[in-house]
This record gives sequence, structure tokens and C-alpha cells, in this order.
Amino acid sequence: MSVDASLEFHEVGEDIADAAAPSGPIERRWDERKFSAKLVNPANRRKMSVIIVGTGLAGGAAAATLGEAGYHVKTFCYQDSPRRAHSIAAQGGINAAKNYRNDGDSIYRLFYDTVKGGDFRSRESNSYRLAQVSVNIIDQCVAQGVPFAREYGGLLDNRSFGGVQVSRTFYARGQTGQQLLIGAYQALERQIAAGTVEMHTRHEMLDLIMVPDADGTERARGIIVRDMVTGEIETHTADAVVLATGGYGNVYFLSTNAMGSNVTATWRAHRKGAYFGNPCYTQIHPTCIPVSGDYQSKLTLMSESLRNDGRIWVPKQPGDDRHPADIPEDERDYYLERIYPAFGNLVPRDIASRAAKYQCDDGKGVGPGGLGVYLDFADAIERMGRKTVEAKYGNLFDMYARITGEDPYTRPMRIYPAVHYVMGGLWVDYDLQSNLTGLFVGGEANFSDQGANRLGASALMQGLADGYFVLPSTLPDYLAAGPFEPVPDDHPRVVEARQAVEERVEKLLSINGSRTVDSFHKELGHIMWEYCGMERTEEGLIKAIGLIRDLKAEFWSNVKVTGEAQELNQALERAGRVADFIELGELMCIDALHRAESCGGHFRAESQTEDGEALRHDDTFAYVAAWEFGGEKPVLHKEPLEYEYVEMKARSYK
Amino acid sequence: MRITVNVWRQKNADAKGSMVSYALDDVVEDMSFLEMLDVLNEQLTLAGEEPVAFDSDCREGICGTCGVVINGIPHGPEVTTTCQLHMRTFKDGDVIDIEPWRASGFPVVKDLIVDRGAFDRIIAAGGYISVNTGSAPEANNLPVPKEDADHAFEAATCIGCGACVAACPNGSAMLFTAAKVTHLGLLPQGQPERESRVLGMVEQHDAEGFGSCTNIGECTAACPKGIPLDVISRLNRDLLGALAAGKA
Repeated sequence: MSVDASLEFHEVGEDIADAAAPSGPIERRWDERKFSAKLVNPANRRKMSVIIVGTGLAGGAAAATLGEAGYHVKTFCYQDSPRRAHSIAAQGGINAAKNYRNDGDSIYRLFYDTVKGGDFRSRESNSYRLAQVSVNIIDQCVAQGVPFAREYGGLLDNRSFGGVQVSRTFYARGQTGQQLLIGAYQALERQIAAGTVEMHTRHEMLDLIMVPDADGTERARGIIVRDMVTGEIETHTADAVVLATGGYGNVYFLSTNAMGSNVTATWRAHRKGAYFGNPCYTQIHPTCIPVSGDYQSKLTLMSESLRNDGRIWVPKQPGDDRHPADIPEDERDYYLERIYPAFGNLVPRDIASRAAKYQCDDGKGVGPGGLGVYLDFADAIERMGRKTVEAKYGNLFDMYARITGEDPYTRPMRIYPAVHYVMGGLWVDYDLQSNLTGLFVGGEANFSDQGANRLGASALMQGLADGYFVLPSTLPDYLAAGPFEPVPDDHPRVVEARQAVEERVEKLLSINGSRTVDSFHKELGHIMWEYCGMERTEEGLIKAIGLIRDLKAEFWSNVKVTGEAQELNQALERAGRVADFIELGELMCIDALHRAESCGGHFRAESQTEDGEALRHDDTFAYVAAWEFGGEKPVLHKEPLEYEYVEMKARSYK
Repeated sequence: MRITVNVWRQKNADAKGSMVSYALDDVVEDMSFLEMLDVLNEQLTLAGEEPVAFDSDCREGICGTCGVVINGIPHGPEVTTTCQLHMRTFKDGDVIDIEPWRASGFPVVKDLIVDRGAFDRIIAAGGYISVNTGSAPEANNLPVPKEDADHAFEAATCIGCGACVAACPNGSAMLFTAAKVTHLGLLPQGQPERESRVLGMVEQHDAEGFGSCTNIGECTAACPKGIPLDVISRLNRDLLGALAAGKA
């Protein structure tokens, strides 16, 4: 493999550093940062305005909290209500280092697990802070009335989750994300009623407005949005802009994300200069319901708690299409138990996913297209009885039966990996400020805390940490220099951004080609899944970049978008998003190509141990890849990562 | 299988709508109902017609975005969300009527999309516990009997889809409102605002143009999350208590 194969596709810029990162003992860094941050006098806060795009856990929580503090907040979401953000779909739970089980958990252990789980590609300071505020999150949510599961004594229940050895996960049956989001949503509605937050539903951000102030500093000062009901293009300005717009897993077309989840807000900011961090880090979840046909619109995740009791297997014989009940025990391969005897069916997500792919690549997959493996509860039902299995997993079994039409109590479930979460996102410093002054990014939309892989029950934790605690402490430090000079609607930067948005809308509607938006999205998804999915190779990625470039050219000459600009037009909404996904897909492939190592959710076939495990190259790649937009040749800036507390070790689950 | 759908088409809030019939020749039983509509929309787009506008997002039954009336029943014949209904429920040759939620509190925006902003305003009128970030006590300082926590959870699973309103002959949103009153009213954290909450939310409910509850129970029968009717009894009890206490 040539080391420089990727250089044909990108430039290399100067290294960058996290200028906001505090030093000193890790357990004091967040306190130090809060103490050094400038404060805003309560009387002045209402003069300071903040735009927040996205109302999920990060955006909703930040909006509510900043509203409570007295700032003037304007929020935007594409859904018809802030209560519908995709955070709502998270099932499993939320981690917090409460140590209620007295099982040896601590902030330090959660920090350690996060850094290790992220395969040594996250920042120690950020991960530590996340673990630190995790305990406050639970307090806050309980006070709001989030109905977490409780024990008979009335205290909070916990479970073990995602391959860790302590029970630190708080949960609300299989609907933890829903309950946490509704908590944040209610807090947000309270502020809307109080007049501190101005909510704009069914509005989609289509551009970021950067404006230089008197001394020439470029600041994020506003956004261009489209009212998705009337089609009107609107300008909104403020003293700072926060993007909390979630992840971009829908670049694969099929994912567990909501239909509307998209990259447009962060991609538009990237085009305006914001660096994109580690775009190739994607998490592929092993326990999803397999694809049943080419009409499929999304994939459904089933909580990985199923792996606690279910056994995963495939027929030993490739192409064996017998009914699973007719395949005798000795003709089944419980491959995870065989290859990873210590962890068995509970190996981390990426290992379980890749193992399933290899079985299917060998022709042993089951179900439509041979893209599935069995998750069998027969032993569990025999051991615990059907009643216990029902009590534990009933809702998941019902969901599976409804979607597939098969009864998982009598026939093993079929599962297959699906894209679930992205660790990559806009680059931010310790304050969650991007390299663009005044642009902050929270939740899944930023790249910050999860490294190359995310532990189970950590996404909800990060969203709420950013929203309730981090942004409300760091934004004031920035706002203290404001309020900034108002930006008039006829400011050249505003006019320019509006015109660009309007022209793009007109362009999309005028192509009038012969292919639907969805057909482009599906083709992009196939390319990404094939070449930038569970396993990546230099050859495949180079091929993918070429295919994506061709697809982009065809999109802009042959897409068919019906309807008009000045109305509710879902085809137009999707077209804009797919156009951005195509550009993002190319950057993801370039990032994956340049990172010639395997780490976390990024597995390069060329970089594995003799046993087929991911092989990191810490001497070369222990950095955050922060990409500056550059059209066909993005510019790579490296932020070196240093580990003072956790020793860099190879992961082993054998 | 072959399916004919009669779909409500309405260009915008002010336009007059009508049912329009479309034929689909290749419906697969494993398709979800919304994937069937996706297929229809691809077909319409390629024919140069405007696709049918409908709301959906998570497509796993939790976000509450989707919801249409299918053959006269909100979310269709199975007790689930529209996105979790699959075409195996139907058979070859079926004719399916698809309409938006019909209620004065939910004006039609376009085709099958309605405006459910009233639900947000009902929540904003008291459907919360007033606790600013940072002021929360240690979580385990406040034990909650498991039974109460479980009941509160049951009420809190409401997804705000609006099927209860669409099902109610009076167009009442009382199940939705009562689910929140019950969720928060069962928890110790929710006690200080129990009276002001129910008064505020019911007042807003009425102001939004939703009808009165006459205990018919169509709401709970249509609810994809099985919110029980007794939440409304609880709301009435709280409401009477608040009124008797002279809090209105």
C-alpha cells in the first residue's frame, strides 16, 4: 500500500490546537475553565441573543437553560414540534457515574471507559468533563419528572450496558431517549411560555451568515432558513449561533436515523469555513432488523440488550436455506462464542458487526439476500421461561414481529448491522466553539467526546451534558464581549447568503431531469455502505470517490424536483439535503482513505492484526483530522492527541 | 399485490381538497404503509405529478410525527402508529382511503399534513415541572414508589401524534392533556404545581378549539401507546380539586 495514496485527494495544512483546553489536574480542568470564563450580568443577558438550530437533547436543553438564565434565544427545527427530534428514538439508557450500585464505579472509571471505548481518538479533557457532569444530568432529569425505572424501595434502578462491567446505566424501559427528550422539551416549552425562547418549527437552516466586526474579526451572526410551509427564505441574526443538528448517518440512505435527519446545517457551516472533524468515524450497530426489499426506507434498531440473552449463529454450510428449526445444533456456528470465548455475544458493537458481515460474505447469511444472522432466544426461553423473556424483551419482540411478520418466540430473529451513529462532526474546542468565532456546536453534530467509537448509553449523556451544562457555561464567556453591532437585513453578507440560497433552490427546481431525488440518495447510500461501511480499503475508497463525483455531476444535471419554491415541497427539501450528503460522502471517503489505520468504528482492511483485529497506528494517527473545505481538495489540519492519564493500549476482547 | 388508494389532496391550508384515486401494481406485503406511499410518490414524480405530502420521521413508532386516517380509523386497523403498519394487513385488490387527521384544532397544511402546534401550546401552559438547570437536588434524595413511577411512565409514553383527537367524535384532546397531567401529577416533584398545571392546560386546550370530553373512549382505543382512559378521570379529579380550592 502506498502511504501517500490519499494525497492526490487532499492538501495538508498546518496543525491546529484546542486553544480553549485547560491544563492542570484533569479533575480540576472543568472547574478552572468555568472560573476563568467571563460572566454576563443578569441585567444584560436579555440584550444578548443566541440562535440554536436543532431541538434534540443538546439543542433543546441548551435553549431551555439559556432561556432560564435570561438570554434571548431563537430556536429552529425542521420537525413540526421540538418534541420530535431524533434523540427521541434512543432506546437503551444514559450513563452516569453515580456509583449507586457500589460496584466500583466512579467519574474516573467512566472517563477511562470512554477514552478506551473511543479507541484513543478522543480528548482526555472532554471525556473527563463528560463523566463529571453525567451525575448532574441524572439529578436534573429526575427533578424535571423524567420517569426513570425504579426499584421497590423507590430509588433509581441501573443496568449494565454496552460491554462495561459496572451498572451505571439509567433507563426508562426501552424509551429512555423519549423520556429525556420530553423532559428537555417541557423545560423548553416553559421558556417559550415565559417569552425567553422564540421557537420556529418547520424551518430548515440553509446557510450560515458570517459578518466581520469593526476590527475585522469574522463572527457567526446569523442563519438563512426556509420556512418549510410557505417556502419563504428568512434571515435571522443574533450574537452567537449554536448548531445542535444531530448526526449524518443518513448519508448511507439506510440507517436507524429518522427520515429527516440530515447534514445540511453543519455542511453549510463547513462550506463557510468550519472544520469537519473525523467524518469517517461511523458507528454501525449490530442488532438491527435486516433489509427486506429495495423499497426499504429505514432500518430499525433493536436494543443491544438483546445480546445479553440471545445467541448469535449462522448455518455452518453456506447457502443452507433450511428453516432454522431444521438445522441441527452441530450444523450451527455460534461464531461469536467460538471466536471470542471470553466475551461471546457481548463483544463491542464494531466487532459484532464486522463478524456478521464476514459470515454473510462467506455465503452463510440468512433471510432475503443472505444479509442476516440469527439471534436465537430458544436457550433463554428454556432457561428462564417464556414469561421472563417476555417481561425483559417483550416490546422488542413485538416490534420485530410487527415489522417482519415472524414470531421471534418460535423462530430466531434475523439481525444485521446498520449505521446508527456518527462520532464525526464539526470540529470544536473545549468550549464547544468551532474554528469559526461565535459558532458553537453541540451533541452528535460535533465531533468531540466519543473518539473513534462510542460506548452504549453515551450519546444521550453527551447531548444533555453539552446542552444543560457545557454550552450554558461556555457561551456566556463569548457573549460577554457582546452584544455585537446589529446586522441589518441589507448587509452585503446577508444579501449574499440569501441570494446563494435562493439561487440554489431555483437551480434544483429548474433541472427537471429524469431521476428522482430518492434514487440518487439510494445510489449514494449503496456506494457508502459498500466502500465506506464496516470495512474500508484503499482501492475501494478511491473507487468510491470517483463514483461519488460522477453521481454529483449527474445529480446536478438530471435530478427531477417537482413543485414550486413558494410552498410546502418535500421533494425540494430532500433534494437540498441529498446534494449536501453527496459532498459529505466524498469527504468521508477521503478521510477514511487518509487514515490508513483501523480504530474504533473505522476499520481499514489493510491495518489488522494476524487475528483480524483492528490495528491502530498511534505513532502516525493519534490526531483529530479537522478538514477545511476545499472543493475537490479539502485541506487536512491535524490536532495531535495526547494522553496523560490513560495509557494507550490495544483493545482486546479475546 | 395490487392496491388502490384514495388520497386526500389539498394544495394548501386555504385550498379546497378532494379525494384522488391512484393504483399501485407492485405492493409487497413486507412494506410498511409509509413505504407504500413512498413508492406511490416515486411513481407520481416520474409521471411529472406532485407527490403526496405526508409527515413521517423516525418510522419506528416513537416520534409521533406520522399519522393519517386509514379507512376511517386513525393509524389504520392495527393499534400502532402509521409507520408501524405493514401492508400484510391488507390484501390484493383492496381499496384504501387515506385522509389527514380531521379536527378543528388541527388545520390541514397540505395533503395529509396537519398543524399540531396546539399540542405544544397546551404543554407550554403548564405541562412541565418548574426547575431551572442546576438547581436539582441529588436524584436519590427523593424516592418515588415504584408503582407511582411505573404509572407515571405509562402516561408519559404519549407520543403526541394526535390520533386521540382524530378518533374523538368531539375532536377533544383530553387524552393527550390528561396523560401529561397524570404523568407529572403522580410524581412528588410534580405536586407544587399540580393545581396550576391542570387549570392552565385545560384552559389552553379549550382555547385551541378542541371539543369537550364526553367519555366515549374512542381516544384510548386509537392510541398507539395504549394511554388508558383513567388518566382523564385523574385530570377531572385534579381539576375539580383546583376549582374547589378556588385556584381558577
